[in-house]
Amino acid sequence: MNLQVTSTDYLSILPPTILAVFAMLVLVIDLFVKPERRPGLAWLALIGFVVAGVAAFALINQRGTGFHGMIALDPYAQVLGLVAIVAGGFTVLTSFNYVRDRNIGRSEYYALLLFSVSGMVLMASANNLIIVFIALELLSIPLYVLAGFARPDPQSEEAALKYFLLGAFASGFLLFGIALTYGALGSIDLTVIAAKIGQVGSSPMLLIGAGLILVGLGFKVAAVPFHMWTPDVYEGAPTPITGFMSVGAKAAGFAAMLRVFGYSLHAIQADWVIIVAILSAATMIVGNIIAISQTNLKRMLAYSSIAHAGYILMGVASANQTGMAGALFYLLAYTFTNIGAFAVLTAMARPEGENQTFPAYRGLYKRSPGLALMMMIFMLSLTGIPLTGGFIGKYYLFLSAIEARLYWLAIIGVLTSVVSAFFYLRVIVDMFMREAEPGQEVKAVNYAPLNWTINLTALATFVLGVIPTSALALVQLAAKLLMGT
Amino acid sequence: MLESYLPIAILLIVATVVCLLLVAVGTIFGPRRKSFRKGSPYESGMQPIGPGTRRMSVRFYLIAVLFILFDVEVIFFYPWAVNFRALGLFGFVEMLVFVGILLVGYVYVWRKGALEWD
Repeated sequence: MNLQVTSTDYLSILPPTILAVFAMLVLVIDLFVKPERRPGLAWLALIGFVVAGVAAFALINQRGTGFHGMIALDPYAQVLGLVAIVAGGFTVLTSFNYVRDRNIGRSEYYALLLFSVSGMVLMASANNLIIVFIALELLSIPLYVLAGFARPDPQSEEAALKYFLLGAFASGFLLFGIALTYGALGSIDLTVIAAKIGQVGSSPMLLIGAGLILVGLGFKVAAVPFHMWTPDVYEGAPTPITGFMSVGAKAAGFAAMLRVFGYSLHAIQADWVIIVAILSAATMIVGNIIAISQTNLKRMLAYSSIAHAGYILMGVASANQTGMAGALFYLLAYTFTNIGAFAVLTAMARPEGENQTFPAYRGLYKRSPGLALMMMIFMLSLTGIPLTGGFIGKYYLFLSAIEARLYWLAIIGVLTSVVSAFFYLRVIVDMFMREAEPGQEVKAVNYAPLNWTINLTALATFVLGVIPTSALALVQLAAKLLMGT
Repeated sequence: MLESYLPIAILLIVATVVCLLLVAVGTIFGPRRKSFRKGSPYESGMQPIGPGTRRMSVRFYLIAVLFILFDVEVIFFYPWAVNFRALGLFGFVEMLVFVGILLVGYVYVWRKGALEWD
């Protein structure tokens, strides 16, 4: 047995390793410094994200595989890894004051965040179903804890328990699917699977396996009908963590889904496209329609995040390069937008009690015009209005569905987008055109790191919508290299 | 391919039928005399004392989880020790990294006071 480890091996796991090392540093340093200096460890965590981000960015043109083909080193992995790292970095900035004001700021918070992101980055580069599973656990377990971090709060505890129980259940599905896939093809290496499937074609066992993998990953990205946990967990978790979960876990889930279905099982797409398309349609319809009736902004964004999973699933269902590039771009744009929207929600969360209902946002423009303006950009991007990143992403996803001749899916996508305009624009109407009821004027908290996050993410949302050229070129290159045509 | 599973199927059927048969024969022909003794959880054991669900100190769970964690991790040493010669210096360094990560966890547990009983 050859045990030589080459530099490619180390390069392929460089970003997740950096994140894990920083997580351990945070844990250990926390034990040996004075309690009053511990909040400063957030900056160490932020440095970790920056270093990992630089490493991932530097590796973007590398190609190859590490550890006997288990870890892929390609632009696709780095793009989705960067999405997770960016989400993690901004979450540190948003969390800083939130956790301090609520007295839940412990260094473990940042260590768990780092561990979770390292799992997401590993997931993006997983080229073997076992690595997919390990990465899924590595990203999920810290998230279960983080969801329950506002501990005396019963809602947060409920969120953690629900997420844990259902998440463990979904992991079981995924593992069973992997086992059946192995039984059908005799390999769990995604490259080998892609090669073998061309020779042997599909079999009932393989299809059941692929279906179970889809269930396991569909749970992580909150696709209907595996979305039941989402609203309660998103509402109960600390607000910055909700933003992180809605973006990072989704990016990681889609990273694995696109690689398994778009690349390994591409040859038998005739068998699974219709199932993914139906999932996508159901997710868009259910997510958008239930979001209409929400009175709480956090819950509304939870249902909206379900709906957005539906749009990205459209890119998976298309099973073409446009779809994959569109899904990647959408994830990128959605990351900035949603992190920003949740940062605004964090700013609106007063330490003495969180009121995220629509009336709390009335007349926000008068109280903090800057915040209201940024929130407007995020809401417009989530709707998919031109000049925002959300529009370009949706355009490419709809285009991919049309290229794949899934016209009905594209039509459902457009119609549900129109429906979604109602509840996104309602926030804008509340902020700009209505007066707050007396005694209901929730004042936004004003903290520098939080404001940086909101401004930077708004800027990124805007830039991705106006000059998307280089980002588009990057995701198209990633999709082209993965799908190999 | 499916024929090779035939013996297993036959075994399953025979096992199910025999089980059902035994239970059925017992219920149909057996006498039924209920007594207090027969209703107790262990008919020929000692008298039950107190309720079945006793409260346990939560510390036991912590110790149990820590034990599992470190015990399982130590199991990885065995295959490494068996193949020590084949793995050579590279394996040694890798193991040092592994032990280093373990130590981080150990120091964390120790400094947090999870090993103190009180």
